[in-house]
Amino acid sequence: MAVKTMNYAQAAAAALERAMREDPTVVAMGEDIGRGGIFGQYKGLLDAFGAQRVIDTPISESTIMGAAVGMALTGIRPVVEMRVVDFALCAMDEMVNQAAKNRYMFGGQGRVRLVARLPIGIWSASAAQHSQSLEAWFAHMPGLVVVCPSTPQDNYSMLRAALKAEDPFIYMEHKELWGLQGEVDEALEAQFGKARLVRDGADLTIVSWSAAVHPALEAAERLATRGIQAGVIDLGTIWPWDRDAVLSHCARSGRLLVVHEAVRAGGFGAEIAATAAEATGCRIARLGAPRVPVGYASALEAIASIDADKVERAALEFIDAGARATR
Amino acid sequence: MQDDELLRLYGVMARIRAFEQAAEVASAGGVRVLGAALSAGAKVRGPLHLSIGQEAVSAGVCAHLQREDLLTSTHRGHGHTLAKGGNVNRMMAELFGRADGSNLGKGGAMHIADFSVGMLGANGVVAAGMPIACGAAHALKLQRSPQIVACFFGDGAINRGPFLESLNWSAVYRLPVLFICEDNRYSATTPSGPMTAGAGAAERSRAIGVPAVSVDGNDVVAVWQAAAELVEQVRSQGEPRMLHARTWRVKGHVSVDTQGYRDPADLAAAIAADPIRRARERLLADGVDVARIDALDRAAADEIAAAVAFADASPVPAIAQAYADVQTIGEGAWL
Repeated sequence: MAVKTMNYAQAAAAALERAMREDPTVVAMGEDIGRGGIFGQYKGLLDAFGAQRVIDTPISESTIMGAAVGMALTGIRPVVEMRVVDFALCAMDEMVNQAAKNRYMFGGQGRVRLVARLPIGIWSASAAQHSQSLEAWFAHMPGLVVVCPSTPQDNYSMLRAALKAEDPFIYMEHKELWGLQGEVDEALEAQFGKARLVRDGADLTIVSWSAAVHPALEAAERLATRGIQAGVIDLGTIWPWDRDAVLSHCARSGRLLVVHEAVRAGGFGAEIAATAAEATGCRIARLGAPRVPVGYASALEAIASIDADKVERAALEFIDAGARATR
Repeated sequence: MQDDELLRLYGVMARIRAFEQAAEVASAGGVRVLGAALSAGAKVRGPLHLSIGQEAVSAGVCAHLQREDLLTSTHRGHGHTLAKGGNVNRMMAELFGRADGSNLGKGGAMHIADFSVGMLGANGVVAAGMPIACGAAHALKLQRSPQIVACFFGDGAINRGPFLESLNWSAVYRLPVLFICEDNRYSATTPSGPMTAGAGAAERSRAIGVPAVSVDGNDVVAVWQAAAELVEQVRSQGEPRMLHARTWRVKGHVSVDTQGYRDPADLAAAIAADPIRRARERLLADGVDVARIDALDRAAADEIAAAVAFADASPVPAIAQAYADVQTIGEGAWL
């Protein structure tokens, strides 16, 4: 086992390559993966494992996902590529009614061990149908595990661990992270449901996930220069989310700011905020996109994106509003 | 066909009929839909989709399946499950919502399943079994298994996208799946004909390159013969085929549906085409002793009466079952 520097896409390819080598029941299927996938996240796999296990598919989202369920019930572990979460909406029945419900409604007779990759997030200038962050939809569905890796290490460890698990996974990579470089320790084991404290700080708890973690961390570092110590928690697993880590931190800081790229209204931040308020009585603020589709022009797209300036401003307003309230 | 084989098919059809008639009795007042009122005493609750009149399709096809072959079904799946060898006591207990049900009381009639005999589940969503069947067949191919998949669906399903996708998928990857269109002429309460352009299931299948055979689905001998050839082709050549079985739905979309929308002549034709009566007449014409046929009816009645008693005696599921088998990661995180 080694520590290597690689990008987020390469980390996924390396994890999948290792899983396919170790477990002959793992197959990958989806559109364009025979040529490495449109983001390069399947690069080299066809040559290594052949077309029987790296399966190029027609543009048939329902059947890609439904076939994955049938494969899983018959002893194969499929990794399903949906390209972007927006296309996965064509396979909503297969994910929500079939993959998620199978084990429960048939009384535990089968297991649906599969990983459905549904890349999320704004992908520059791709507009309304290639830019959504829909993790909250799937977190709402009993039966599914929902993860959002934010680093190459996460993408390596989580994909590997998901391919040893018993559940259907909604595996949400972020499309703007493919090129992100980082160190990957191949021996590190992901623990689902365990958040990562990226930075500690006693004045404020920032909870985030996926690409938004990075601007949240940058903002926290800027806040430190103003004398405000913000902790940043990368949730990693959206369901089951790490309540213990979040609630204990909120209880200490008394302030929770949730930051996500998804639309704020009905976003998963609302669930975290409500839970934290119920459990700790902490004050709450949320930063997310306005409830508008992602626009094409840069100025419109920027309305829906998260950057360090927005996080910093939200944190300062939050703390300032609290200070005024207590004056 | 030998008389013994026809008697065997007759017995399967009689068991399906007896099972569904008992379920229908137990479901009176079990669902509030289409004007029906709910009664607290109903033992089978919720929508109960009966395949009365369609038994020849299940019996004729499943006669050629091995226990290890796989099967996907529709919301109208009692016959498929029973003909595939499903445990009748546990099936009835499932309809009763009891702890000994095949799905531990968690699925009911619409999700009846018995994985132990390769029956991978009835499905509440029209056409949803088709992609699952493709995936199961794809897995069998990857595993170099000699088994095949039988995929039942209805005439309503052919207007859904997964029908096209699945036929294409099965042909592109050359998968061992037999598609069976159990064409009962109704899409819930709407006649399928006016809703369906072109020549229907078989023609659509051929257009995609999946050879299809149409058959009188109420003639169990015809279904059995057509399925024999198709199953043999799927098994030996590892390629998909389709059987289009034209049948008649005698009951409503669900058990409480009184079919006020249906032309009486159409319903009379459905009843007149009863596959069980036709099989009986054929047996008698062949000179089979009526006592042998009656014995099959009695055996079916006895078996189903015992299943009802078994179901009735089974306890309701423990509340803990509400939380069991949701998922492994996140177990216990219910809120």
